[in-house]
Amino acid sequence: MPKPEDFNLDHVANLARINLTAEEKTRFSSQLGDVLTYIAQLNEVNVDGVEPTAHAFPVVNVWADDVAEAGLPVEDALRNAPEKRDNMFVVPKVVE
Amino acid sequence: MPQELFNKPVTELSGMLARGEVSAVELMRSVAERTRKVEPKVHAFNSLDEEDALAQAAASDARRAAAKASGAEVHALEGIPIGIKDVISVAGQPLTASSRMLATFVSPYDATVTTKLKAAGAICWGRLNLDEFAMGSSTENSAFGVTSNPYDLERVPGGSSGGSAASVAAGEAIASLGSDTGGSIRQPAALCNIVGLKPSYGRVSRYGLIAFASSLDQIGPFARSVDDAATVLGAISGHDRRDSTSLRMEVPDYRRGMDELRKSGRKWRLGIPKEYFGEGLDPEVGAAVQAAIAEYTKLGCEVREVSLPHTKYAVGAYYIIATAECSSNLARFDGVRYGHRSKDATDALDLYFKSRAEGFGPEVKRRIILGTYVLSSGYYDAYYLRAQKVRTLIRRDFLEAYKQVDAIVTPTSPTPAFRKGEKAANPLAMYLNDIYTIGVNLAGLPGISIPCGFTGGGLPIGLQIIGQPFKETELLAVARSYEERNDWRNRFPTL
Repeated sequence: MPKPEDFNLDHVANLARINLTAEEKTRFSSQLGDVLTYIAQLNEVNVDGVEPTAHAFPVVNVWADDVAEAGLPVEDALRNAPEKRDNMFVVPKVVE
Repeated sequence: MPQELFNKPVTELSGMLARGEVSAVELMRSVAERTRKVEPKVHAFNSLDEEDALAQAAASDARRAAAKASGAEVHALEGIPIGIKDVISVAGQPLTASSRMLATFVSPYDATVTTKLKAAGAICWGRLNLDEFAMGSSTENSAFGVTSNPYDLERVPGGSSGGSAASVAAGEAIASLGSDTGGSIRQPAALCNIVGLKPSYGRVSRYGLIAFASSLDQIGPFARSVDDAATVLGAISGHDRRDSTSLRMEVPDYRRGMDELRKSGRKWRLGIPKEYFGEGLDPEVGAAVQAAIAEYTKLGCEVREVSLPHTKYAVGAYYIIATAECSSNLARFDGVRYGHRSKDATDALDLYFKSRAEGFGPEVKRRIILGTYVLSSGYYDAYYLRAQKVRTLIRRDFLEAYKQVDAIVTPTSPTPAFRKGEKAANPLAMYLNDIYTIGVNLAGLPGISIPCGFTGGGLPIGLQIIGQPFKETELLAVARSYEERNDWRNRFPTL
């Protein structure tokens, strides 16, 4: 397992798309360091040959019937939009 | 305190409603008045819509009158005010997850559990406070204020479903719904002297529940008695084509099943896991739980020690799996389609960074970051995959124990309610508070917390009973056989 000191907060916050203040960086580094040190005890466990569990009761191939039905009406889907125009979400310009 | 309408269990109120001794409107008024009186101290609710609740109650009275005329059957929840955790959708009502991110969000549709409660005739009452996005064990992580424990206002009600627990304990709702990812129903129930039930994973639809950790989350009831919890569970259970992880299994009549088991005089084999009674367990909590176990022995149950050897790794595995799933689930909050949008964003990418920085509170940010890390390139196998393998071992421990016993009995929480602020600066200490409840979620098992006494200082203590997969009826029957031998549930808080 990687060492707790491998953790690079700036890199991970960037991946998570969250800006952090200087104060948050100091505080989270120390708190997450404690958590990672605690988590490192999982290294003691012998997991050789153990299958991973993603779900306690896995169900596979759950198909919906191929029948058209009404979805969420446009006005309901847009009801909570921070900005909207002409039945669309408005976002900052993404292409020049 | 004499039993007012707002303090009565569903079993009693449904009888009174059926006999016409009280109307749904009168009951709703009693609950609303009580709420106005104690809510400034308790702060269980994020929002209330009394007018809407009274309209629902009037509609309930009309339905009951029509059913009486036609001889139709009436559900036990007809006219009963049930509080809803503010992470479960109720069409037309706010849905905040106690986050600034969703401060102004209004649900466009009902969660499946909401649809089912409405179909049973229940009154959906208020939006109950929680730790932001259900991440926490004290309800202190709410963006809209801290909920108080009705038994000691200086202390937390537990969490994350703290508002759901406190409202039922304080007489502000007759029952409520919460969600449980690592103990978020059972722990606050224990700290507030009420019954809280987490169903087996897949028993109750998660459609319309704001996702935290999808492989662990389950919705379940808070109630004043095991019977009431069984009634609410029966109303919300069942397969739902809108939740592909909900299972196609018949929903038993839990109350009838419990009664049949009781009449059969079945003697339960109960396991006491030695790993749950070690370091960190408060002596008063330990003594109350041992006294409850002694009651089971008196009932003729066979009580034996069992071992769940991977218990000490449950919190570590949980905080990898739950944060990984949360980082993925909360990626949807990007400031584009709903939720908070930063006013200062310069471009699309900046919109994500700033909206998420402004909208999420500190615990949610910490968990998203931890989850992003354990899933990131180069770390996935070491953290996430290893945690999933440890999850397998934890689940095996339980299934192995169930070869010898019908149910497992433990404390719900290592301590009674702690003081506000006591663990707020130390996330790890807060996480360790969930040590007895987390394994149940990792293994997908049903678990219940029921009142089992008080500390010398008057704080409630909870007993956790863990059942076998999908054997909620047996679990409820075990819980009830203890409950009917004591009166803890009638010790109401002084407010």
